[in-house]
Amino acid sequence: MTSFQPLRSVASRAFVLDRNDVDTDQIIPARFLTTTSRAGLGRFAFYDWRFDEHGRQKNDSPFAGVEPGDFAILVAGSNFGCGSSREHAPWALLDFGFRAVVSSDIADIFKSNALKNGLLPVTVDVRTHQRLLSSPGAAISIDLDAETLRLPDGETVSFKVEPFARRCLLDGVDPLGFLLDRIPLIEAYERESAKERMS
Amino acid sequence: MPHAAPRSLLDKLWERHIVAPETPEAPALLYIDLHLIHEVTSPQAFAALAERGLKVRRPELTLGTLDHSTPTLPPDANGRLLYASREAEQQVETLIRNCAEHGVRLLGLRDPQRGIVHVIGPELGLTQPGKTIVCGDSHTSTHGAFGALAFGIGTTEVGHVLATQCLLQRKPKSMRVVIDGAAPHGVGAKDMALAMIATIGADGGQGYAIEFAGEAVRALSMEGRMTLCNMSIEAGARSGLVAPDETTFAYLEGRPYAPSSAEFERAVSRWRNLASDAGARFDREVRIDASSLRPMITYGVSPAAAAPVDSRMPAPESASERAAAAYMRFESGDAFVTAAVNRVFIGSCTNSRLSDLREAAEVMRGRKVRSGVVALIVPGSETVKRAAEAENLHRVFIDAGAEWREPGCSMCIGMNGDIGAPGELVVSTSNRNFIGRQGKEVRTVLASPATAAASAIEGRIADPRKYLREKSEAA
Ligand code: SF4
Repeated sequence: MTSFQPLRSVASRAFVLDRNDVDTDQIIPARFLTTTSRAGLGRFAFYDWRFDEHGRQKNDSPFAGVEPGDFAILVAGSNFGCGSSREHAPWALLDFGFRAVVSSDIADIFKSNALKNGLLPVTVDVRTHQRLLSSPGAAISIDLDAETLRLPDGETVSFKVEPFARRCLLDGVDPLGFLLDRIPLIEAYERESAKERMS
Repeated sequence: MPHAAPRSLLDKLWERHIVAPETPEAPALLYIDLHLIHEVTSPQAFAALAERGLKVRRPELTLGTLDHSTPTLPPDANGRLLYASREAEQQVETLIRNCAEHGVRLLGLRDPQRGIVHVIGPELGLTQPGKTIVCGDSHTSTHGAFGALAFGIGTTEVGHVLATQCLLQRKPKSMRVVIDGAAPHGVGAKDMALAMIATIGADGGQGYAIEFAGEAVRALSMEGRMTLCNMSIEAGARSGLVAPDETTFAYLEGRPYAPSSAEFERAVSRWRNLASDAGARFDREVRIDASSLRPMITYGVSPAAAAPVDSRMPAPESASERAAAAYMRFESGDAFVTAAVNRVFIGSCTNSRLSDLREAAEVMRGRKVRSGVVALIVPGSETVKRAAEAENLHRVFIDAGAEWREPGCSMCIGMNGDIGAPGELVVSTSNRNFIGRQGKEVRTVLASPATAAASAIEGRIADPRKYLREKSEAA
């Protein structure tokens, strides 16, 4: 059964990537998608931000000096995760050590993929977002049970996660089991719609 | 009879696929009528099934194709395909194995119907009004052009559909984008799509299914409607929709998997009822005047950074826009038509259908690709390729000095090795101008097939209108 580390809370310094529309091709370039496994993708996370064409670490990148595991919280500009449906994006971020992504606005498919893998997408209001973007390295803590994010000055803001996805995240389970339990309902639906088509 | 509340196309599609309704605690259980799979986003889903000892529950509702990692060059002298890497080849082999093991039909490497996943569904008549269609691919929105609820999913969800034929989903909000008026000479579906994204923003459609309506949308061919719905995701919307009409029915009639004869008539009468009722409510409405549009290009690294081809580079206003302008090497105030072009790509699930190739050929016929420019023409499927060759379009391209390739995603995503060199400017009919999408440091300018073809001829970003006959509706 696909399961992942349950997530109740995350506390970390924030890694800030102050760009809007950070798309999935930036999170993991397409040339690394030829894998048939989901493991070990962290080394490709933000690859073209981190490395030059000779595979050397770039010094002029926001990621200069950043190693996997240094940060558990990523704060990014609006429309984070736009673009493709590749689940390799959350796999790569998780493998790089991130457990939560914070933005004013996170793309739908990315959000859905993140939630199914134990990466928490947190959408905050624009003012909080601005504050976070302007304080790289700030210590933040996120409590999924209470749905709150705590800023360094102690101020707490709340956020919302779709209740079912939140439950799965707290328990560390993929909802496949929930779906499989409903096979009889699915079979009933199939019988009904077959009848409808005949009539 | 009491009058039921008017329902939108989305409402109708949604309601008829509910296996269990949504509640505050859980999303709806939504039935999926057609599941398309390809080599990139499926291996880990099959692995998840294997881990639990599960089989594909309804293999006959699933169709596989090979498109992303496949070479577009013909096999070498020994009949070997030139894969970009051993991993790419392994990915293809993995899908072949998985489909064989689970009894899923696969359009394999030598199948005469193989092609890009969003080209083959409609072409085979599998994409039909009233269906729910998903694929581990964000451009699944394309199929909404037929009045189907179609959206992209991640690999975990691919596993859910394989195992149960259902997904857990919350109903999206509804937006109607009305494109009024008649599109002027030289303005097609791609230009409308780019104008729409520039209007509502790259995240303006987030959480919505967009229904496209209005005179200019009605006037579009099915190919044009597919281009429009294809680009919905670039505005953040997972689904695009167009209500089915005579154009839809005429397209589907006689396709291999469309209902045949008497059954077809019955299906058409069902499909007619799908259109949004008069007075249906939308959460958001946007109007665009088609008659004010001009051919469009993009100048940044988001599809929302779009402007008329005959305009100038606007001054960047934010850190993100400044970074984008620096990446694209466009100076504010420069006319776009002065920018030198290195490569042109005509293809992808946005613009690789027969009508797109006809449009490009109209521009290229009797002309030459500017020396130093590499132009790649990649048909969306084997079927498109054969049809184009039957019309001798390939001769037009080859005579112009362009390369006529085998079907696949090719330079849209560059996974098969078809990429540009660092720093090159590529005018591309695909859907994403993201940094590095077409190769490291490649600068992508999105445009219509006509604009891309004109740019190949001139070696600069070019306005296609002077190359197109008046009244240029691509059939
Ligand atoms: S052509 Fe491009 S967008 Fe379409 S399915 Fe292939 S890679 Fe995706």
